[in-house]
Amino acid sequence: MTERKRSVAIHVPVLTRVEGEGALDLRIDNGEIAELRLRIFEPPRFFEKFLEGRSYTEVPDMVARICGICPVAYQVTAAQALEKLFGVELDPWARDMRRVFYCGEWIQSHSLHIHLLAAPDFFGCSSAIELARIAPDEVRRGLRIQSLGNELMDLFGARSVHPVGIRVGGFHAAPELSRIAAIREKLRAALPEAEALIRWAAGIPVPQDDQDFVSVAVQHPRDYAIERGQIGASDGLRIEAEAFDAHFAEHHVAFSTALFSTYRQQPYLVGPLARLNLNYANLPERVQVLLAETGFALPSSNLFHSLVARALEILLALHEALRLLDTYRMPDSPFVPVTPRAGVATACTEAPRGLLWHRYEMDDSGCVVNARIVPPTSQNQGRIEEDLRLSLLNFGLDQPDDALRLHCEKVIRNYDPCISCATHFLNLNVERT
Amino acid sequence: MAASMHPSIKPRVAVHKFSSCDGCQLAFLNLGEDLLALAERVELVHFAEAGPLDPDTDVDVAFVEGSVSTPEDQTRIQHIRQHSRLLIAIGACATSGGIQALRNGANHAEWVAQIYSHPEAIDSLERSTPIANHVKVDFELWGCPVSGPQILAVVNALLFGVAPRDNADKVCTECKRRNLTCVMVSHGVACMGPVTRAGCGALCPSLGRDCYGCYGPAENANTDALAAQFSHLGLAPQAIARRFQSINSQAPVFLAAAGKVRSRDD
Repeated sequence: MTERKRSVAIHVPVLTRVEGEGALDLRIDNGEIAELRLRIFEPPRFFEKFLEGRSYTEVPDMVARICGICPVAYQVTAAQALEKLFGVELDPWARDMRRVFYCGEWIQSHSLHIHLLAAPDFFGCSSAIELARIAPDEVRRGLRIQSLGNELMDLFGARSVHPVGIRVGGFHAAPELSRIAAIREKLRAALPEAEALIRWAAGIPVPQDDQDFVSVAVQHPRDYAIERGQIGASDGLRIEAEAFDAHFAEHHVAFSTALFSTYRQQPYLVGPLARLNLNYANLPERVQVLLAETGFALPSSNLFHSLVARALEILLALHEALRLLDTYRMPDSPFVPVTPRAGVATACTEAPRGLLWHRYEMDDSGCVVNARIVPPTSQNQGRIEEDLRLSLLNFGLDQPDDALRLHCEKVIRNYDPCISCATHFLNLNVERT
Repeated sequence: MAASMHPSIKPRVAVHKFSSCDGCQLAFLNLGEDLLALAERVELVHFAEAGPLDPDTDVDVAFVEGSVSTPEDQTRIQHIRQHSRLLIAIGACATSGGIQALRNGANHAEWVAQIYSHPEAIDSLERSTPIANHVKVDFELWGCPVSGPQILAVVNALLFGVAPRDNADKVCTECKRRNLTCVMVSHGVACMGPVTRAGCGALCPSLGRDCYGCYGPAENANTDALAAQFSHLGLAPQAIARRFQSINSQAPVFLAAAGKVRSRDD
């Protein structure tokens, strides 16, 4: 097969089942990859520019619009950066409920990704609707879990896409006890469903594709980090959010509207598998049991384990939400008053797709002078390219074009790229000479 | 509009994306098990985020999310219009240009150069514009984001062969219906409810906060009176202008209101 070098061009104009628009160019010369680049062509939306001149009170509602799938991540990160700068100490109630709110988004986003975006690939289906014909119970279970995540977000934000509940200093309002009691019942009922989901996900055969990479995630001494902690890496790095720029760099490459990030001049991984690799010791006991049951060894260097990682994080998020809601009480006030001051505000949290970093320079009236936002997908972009290169070699470049394209799409979907935040998915151009 | 679809044949539906956050497509993807019921009643021909990819086949209804913001978008929306019997624009980006239309008044080239080190590679138009600026739109659903019930109401109306309806009245009417305390009268909060289109169910006031106009302008919106009220509440002209210049900054009524406040300030 390798004696006859083919010259082929594959063109897939829109990559499906990802959030946003992108393309992949692949050129194979003499049986070797001559060119491989992930092009993101989501039109630039200039958020950082139009945040300039806006009051701190407007920032959470505006940054939510960067991404319809993970608005809570943007709102919480922005609010926490500004709270740090303004010297605001959140009420313990608000601190806990930020985590619960964020858990809702992880449950929603992960279940959407597993069932609607990623799983169809592994069953030879082109969509979840098709998958629902052969695995109706599993797809319905996934959609129910997704709905529960949305409900948890509704509880604090009145809606799950661009919720309206967060303010700098806490929340606008606190949910009534009766609503908390009702959601606790639903969360409890979802635990066995989430466990069944983990077993199902772990049973899906995936390629063995081990690669070397650095995992980067927020780390916390006690919690499985979501909304607070320091930035950590699998090579031992441990820094505050303020030091991000000293260790991580962003570059613009001409073929993409997203910026590429590097750590020590190398691509790195953020997201569920990176988090699991760094933070699995902090998983609640029951999630550890399920992890052991799957026989899934950590740290993992196979990105195809991302699906199971998301399923495990759904169970984690359900447990965390329940733990924090079990002792729920009505707060004296859902927020503390805020007095703005000038300076630089920085924070990082774990969006469903990975590390999210915000930096705002504020003036003394509480208006934004300058904003910088580094979303997870732009950080993963370099890693996705590197993964594709290695994974294609492992898969075999002489495979038929359709098989190559499907394999590329699977690899890319492992990262759940949200191209609207960075930027969009797969036009695959393969040229072989 | 010619609304009806033949009841015995599954209507063919497409969902297209332009510049956006993907949040209005979630009105479909977050339907839960209703999504599978919907897939039984209509044929989802094109919906890239959900899987089906076929932008070229003729459809009965095309839902369009997002604003037109690149030269390629301009060609694509014409193509979609030619292949769709009904075209429905969903969400703030598609109906007003969206939050990214805040760039419309700015120095675009300078912004690109400040963010990207290869500005020549960024192919973006100076203005982000709504779908109706480019092609005939049969129906608009406003909101940032539109909700699942709004989408299902449109689909159901079309399945029953009647024209979809939309409530262009003000958020205030929803507050009254829900028996909510007026945040502006009681707490002196600068609420956009009196000029904002209904449809969300008065979510913000239900949490005791100000509406920020994400559903766009209501019919007969008295923005002069509201700007005067904001001024009484102590807002500086710049802050009043920003209230109108947010999610739906290019909606003509909000654009004019902001312009008027600013010109008085000069």
